[in-house]
Amino acid sequence: MVTPDRITTTTCPFCGVGCKLQLHIKDDAIYQVTSPSDAVVNHGNLCVKGRFGTDFIHHRKRVTTPLIRRQPQTPGGRTQAFDRAAWREATWDEALELVTDRLTGIYAKHGPDGLAAFSCAKATNEDNYLLQKLFRALFRTNNIDHCTRLCHAGSVVALMDALGSAAMSNTAAEVALSDVFIVTGSNTAETHPIIALQMKAAVRKRGAKLIVIDPRRIEMVDYAALWLPLRPGTDVPVFSAIAHVIARDGLANNGFIEARTEGYAEFLASLGPFTPEYAESVSGVDRRLIVEAARMYAGAANASIYWALGIPEHTHGTDNAASLIHLALMTGQIGRPGTGLNPLRGQNNVQGASDCGAMPWHYPGYQSVTDEAVAQMFDRAWNVEPGGLNRARGLSTTEIVGAIGATVRGLYVMGENPMMSEPNLNHARHQFEQLEFLVAQDLFMNETAAFADVFLPAASFAEKDGTFTNTDRRVQRVRQAIPLRGNARADWTIVCDLALRIEARLGRPTAGWAYAHPSEVMAEIAQVLPDYAGIRYERLEGEGLQTPVDDTSHPGTPFLFADAFPRGRGLFRPLEYIPAVEPTDETYPLILTTGRVLEHWHGGSITRNSRLDELFPEALMELNPVDAATTGVADGQPVRVSSRRGTITLRAKVTDKTIAGVVFIPFHFVEAAANLLTLDDVDPRAKIPEYKACAVRVEPLQEAARPSKRGRR
Amino acid sequence: MTETVHLTINGLTVETTRGATVLDAAGAIGIDIPTLCYDPRCAPNGLCRMCVVEATGARLLQAACVTRAVEGMTITTESPRITRARRTVLEMLAASTDLSETPDALAQIAETGADIARFAGGRERRPPVVADNPMFVRDYAKCILCWRCVQVCAEDAQYAFAINFDGRGFDTQIATFFGKPLPETTCVFCGQCVGVCPSGALKPLRAWELEHPDGPAA
Amino acid sequence: MVPPPIRVDANARPGHNTFVMTNPEPRRSQLLPALLAAQAADGWISEAAAGRIAAGLGVPLADVHGVISFYDLLRATPGPEVVHHVCVDPACALAGSAGLRQKLLAAGADVRDSPCPGLCNRAPATLIETRGVLTAAEPDARDHVDGDVRWLTALCGRGRPASLAEYVASGGMRAYERALREPGQQVIDEIRKGGLAGRGGAGFATAAKWEAVAAAQGPAKYVVVNADESEPGTFKDRILLEQDPWRPLEGALLAAYAVGANRVYIYIRAEYPLALARTRGAVDVLRMAGYLGPNAFGSGFSIEIEVRSGAGAYICGEETALIESIEGKRGFPRLKPPFPVTHGLFGAPTVVNNVETLAAAQALLERGAEAYCAYGTLKSPGPKLFCLSGDVARPGLYEMPFGISLGELLERAGGVNGHLQALLVGGAAGALVGPEALGTRLSMEDMRAAGLPLGSGVVMVFNRTRDLGEPIRRIARFFAHESCGKCYPCQLGTQRQTEILERAAAGAAMPGDRQRLLDVGWTMTDASLCGLGQTAASVTLSALKRWPELFPND
Repeated sequence: MVTPDRITTTTCPFCGVGCKLQLHIKDDAIYQVTSPSDAVVNHGNLCVKGRFGTDFIHHRKRVTTPLIRRQPQTPGGRTQAFDRAAWREATWDEALELVTDRLTGIYAKHGPDGLAAFSCAKATNEDNYLLQKLFRALFRTNNIDHCTRLCHAGSVVALMDALGSAAMSNTAAEVALSDVFIVTGSNTAETHPIIALQMKAAVRKRGAKLIVIDPRRIEMVDYAALWLPLRPGTDVPVFSAIAHVIARDGLANNGFIEARTEGYAEFLASLGPFTPEYAESVSGVDRRLIVEAARMYAGAANASIYWALGIPEHTHGTDNAASLIHLALMTGQIGRPGTGLNPLRGQNNVQGASDCGAMPWHYPGYQSVTDEAVAQMFDRAWNVEPGGLNRARGLSTTEIVGAIGATVRGLYVMGENPMMSEPNLNHARHQFEQLEFLVAQDLFMNETAAFADVFLPAASFAEKDGTFTNTDRRVQRVRQAIPLRGNARADWTIVCDLALRIEARLGRPTAGWAYAHPSEVMAEIAQVLPDYAGIRYERLEGEGLQTPVDDTSHPGTPFLFADAFPRGRGLFRPLEYIPAVEPTDETYPLILTTGRVLEHWHGGSITRNSRLDELFPEALMELNPVDAATTGVADGQPVRVSSRRGTITLRAKVTDKTIAGVVFIPFHFVEAAANLLTLDDVDPRAKIPEYKACAVRVEPLQEAARPSKRGRR
Repeated sequence: MTETVHLTINGLTVETTRGATVLDAAGAIGIDIPTLCYDPRCAPNGLCRMCVVEATGARLLQAACVTRAVEGMTITTESPRITRARRTVLEMLAASTDLSETPDALAQIAETGADIARFAGGRERRPPVVADNPMFVRDYAKCILCWRCVQVCAEDAQYAFAINFDGRGFDTQIATFFGKPLPETTCVFCGQCVGVCPSGALKPLRAWELEHPDGPAA
Repeated sequence: MVPPPIRVDANARPGHNTFVMTNPEPRRSQLLPALLAAQAADGWISEAAAGRIAAGLGVPLADVHGVISFYDLLRATPGPEVVHHVCVDPACALAGSAGLRQKLLAAGADVRDSPCPGLCNRAPATLIETRGVLTAAEPDARDHVDGDVRWLTALCGRGRPASLAEYVASGGMRAYERALREPGQQVIDEIRKGGLAGRGGAGFATAAKWEAVAAAQGPAKYVVVNADESEPGTFKDRILLEQDPWRPLEGALLAAYAVGANRVYIYIRAEYPLALARTRGAVDVLRMAGYLGPNAFGSGFSIEIEVRSGAGAYICGEETALIESIEGKRGFPRLKPPFPVTHGLFGAPTVVNNVETLAAAQALLERGAEAYCAYGTLKSPGPKLFCLSGDVARPGLYEMPFGISLGELLERAGGVNGHLQALLVGGAAGALVGPEALGTRLSMEDMRAAGLPLGSGVVMVFNRTRDLGEPIRRIARFFAHESCGKCYPCQLGTQRQTEILERAAAGAAMPGDRQRLLDVGWTMTDASLCGLGQTAASVTLSALKRWPELFPND
């Protein structure tokens, strides 16, 4: 029996649930992961990734030494090089000096607009805070963003508009107190497994009623009282019809509307056309289900709404999220335990990366870059001359990609893989080829890093200290369990080292990079980020703290908006139905919707370099039996899937998990990259792409079908 | 409003809430009744009978983990009858199953003075190791049939229902539908089962490989 | 409403997974009937059939596997067309089951050892399994029924079953019709006056049980008839159901009415195919005659009876394991408390009664408590059924008043064949006693005072030519085979008890074996979760005391 050299408690690096992990270490390698049964977030339960998927840390393909591209890359001629022969090993000194040269060179020639950074929703709060500080304070650019843009940006904008705050209003575990809860656009059992367990328990053990509103017959439907299978992109009509019924049947909470909201009258008038019949005609959902859902939600003592990216990842994603917010505001199902508006954040630290300002329009704490008082505060905090920080909004990731070659010339990518996660990959790839300079700071030579000029090897979560903020706003400790592998460094130390060099090159007074330990970074964050004001590492030892934490004796905040919304009153906003941008037609008759599977993570950098890949080794397209019959595809048969933007080949899985007319492809697999098919039209306000709907054609290919033997649906 | 209940354990009066078990009540005053199958994450079943106690009025020994405290109850946690039952169960278990990685059993064996060779020569349960997936290994030669894995796969945690029992009596084993490899079942490899296994029967593949550096898992 | 039966495709070709679900209610309770129907259609339960059943009923696949593998008579692999199940339990062993076995094997038959199929009075017994379905061997053979009282067995022992007309003509169904015109409490009061106690072995006061369920709150209540009679040496319920099912059924109807239950389940062991067929037929006749249905006799009482088959598990005679089995699960006994009267079938208040108890209840209610108490003793009033087998002149079913002595009972059965060595009283869960016990009176209180189990009324006789070690070992093997495996003392102890006894018989006893037997036996008795484990060492421990010479010396 193996006995551990040590057991280190930390937080899971995969999803936004933020499970507590105990890493069992032998000879500086993790051989087992457990979780204590009293962990407040997950009660000892884990999913396959947290439990068995940390082997990527020790994978032989892990890059642990700085690399410099042998062949200099030029705009228009940039190539992707996975082969290590195309790179040479370098010292940190050489690599960072090269980065400094090139970035300051671009800055000198093209100014702040010439540079941009993709920050990392998997990195710690400290990592993220420092990267945005570097680009803002040193390069005076607000062109910094992270994958929230591709994820919950629509939710964030809608929530900020309506309430003034963009995080989950309640704690996920409060589903135990809900009598009715809606899950929409979230395949919770596969993407937030531990939250799904709590939802299942609420249904099975406490008799809670679940309403699933989703185009796919996801696992949560097995627990649902109602399933509304809507056509992708028809969320506004469906949720507005629910609102229509609530108003029509006198189920609205007029007291709450009176006391806590504004704009209801105009909103109410706009609901006229959104009858259940109308919603049925555009969405395919039986009107009776819409009526029943409205009555259940509005009639419940405590009702909550949970959603993930099926809502925001549309060109009208902000409107989609707004249509959910309206339901909570008109029924008063918010501001109490067991209620709320709960966007389930995907990445382990997307909440934190957003909180800590890795965003083009906001400083840490969602304080607007255009607000003069705020900007002055940060001028002072970062030792920047008054008026020095950029007062204009920066570019989001999707805009950055579009601006390459036009304005953006140099890009710093920390822990992101846009070459898998950007929509319309052919176009994104073409754009990346136009870069003058690209830095990749990462663990693996992934599809983006392979394009870079310099590779900076970063530490995994187990090789550094820091904090992650999970989806229900819990700031938790990340603790170093094993020594840094090879020559890898913790992201925050790389950023500080680089920052000092840049400052020296630019002749700037230092913005302050002399942190002995990440706790000192958090101490600074606490000074500039009001919701984190009371966060100190000593206070995070047990179960972490849920923001807002107003001061060092404040116990944290399980649920929000008990008395008021940050903007004062909740705001209603009349909505129109704007269909998905690319309708189906004879050439492209099926709707493609994309998403994830349990075993893999996003662009695949981590999970394709792990034994997790053995559980789900190839991309599979879900195809409804009706469509399989029409297209002549058998279960397990290879198919060619084409959109106006690209083509991929993969195997089909014939299943009723997806509804007729809709195919589903997970985006993890580079050999069948779903994002080659997706379109890069974005929501005008949130700048988030429409990953959830585009038009495709499916054609069977020859080769004997190989039916799936996988046991679960 | 929680009702309180008073009972006597080993002569000491305990006040506890209605619904608490004798095991809870004893634990609250520092009397650690030994357990083997019990786990706070799982519904208790009273299988192993390590926690048996004497209760006045009851002819037979009662399992503390599933006996609810009742007003006026009198409980004894140690007696020759209790020791005999515990020790004999451990002795029989030691002859059936590899207990080398069940710390709770080893501790109780030491505590009761059980003779692990007492039933040697009888049938053992030594099914072959099952290594049918990249995540964890099932070595049922170590399985003590505590039910925790089946329960956390079912309604105590995951609701996946990938494993259940096969057979009956001494030959009971944990199994999948028609013995299918785990990847062909509803198993999602959450490892909740591995997390609650008290005997090392379920072990991460990585840990197994460290213990068996020379050979393949199966 | 009784759900329509699972229909089987009559045009199906044998051996081609022909089972077709036409009643796919997503209710787990239909699982065992569905599996039995699949096996009846195909001869076995294939993976595909099990998968279809799982999907149709909404039961997880692994759970379906767990259920199939728990029950002796469910097959997950194809087997021989015909299998002979030869009983190897003590009464049949005495009658030459070993020889019968040899003969069958020599003739090329497929033979399986069977635990007691309740034919001890017609030993040696065999059941025939054809393509997965059991049929009664010798259905026309006569059961010998006699006794000083013939209330419960009035219509039994005639070599043919009674019709409803005969039953009604003899006074049957009148108590039920009368009860329907009165409040249910009156039924309970009469039962209390008669002092009826359970006849399955536990001897619990029937009125108290019915009272508890009558008083319980809930949208549904149930009566469950325990016809899983599997105690070696017992065949009384078989005879009642095969020859006069009306009486226990009327008893069940009376119980249901008294407690406010609208549904009765009668769970009959699979090894009683004739009882199953005849009881199913009787239920249909009762329904057609208006005794069952949404409005029995226009009284407003809605009552239905559903007959369920077991699938080969002695443990399912334990009331909570039986309930689990009806619910479609493995027959694991539940922890008590809570008891079935508050948390029984589907979690609802439930009366679980033995077949004989309900037949006795019927007799008591038909004839009146006073007449009932005229028989028996003060604390054990009324008549009792005794099953005589082994070395006795006239093995069979005897209905005698409580309180007769063991010796008197043996006389009534024609006396011992040979010289009496020992009696097994109470069945495998009972005790071995010597001739000195002949004077013991067969009542609950007298047996308790003598430290002997009355059990279900088994009296099995062993003359002096018999090696008592054989039944002791056979009983140990029986328990090892039937242990459900849930609790450790029984799961492990029944196995170890058997091993120690068998090695002693092979001359390979080890030093300390006697103490091992005592420790294992007392651990099972003291610490097991249910009655099976608690009595699994009963015979061994009684024999250790009375015939120490049979056991190794430490």
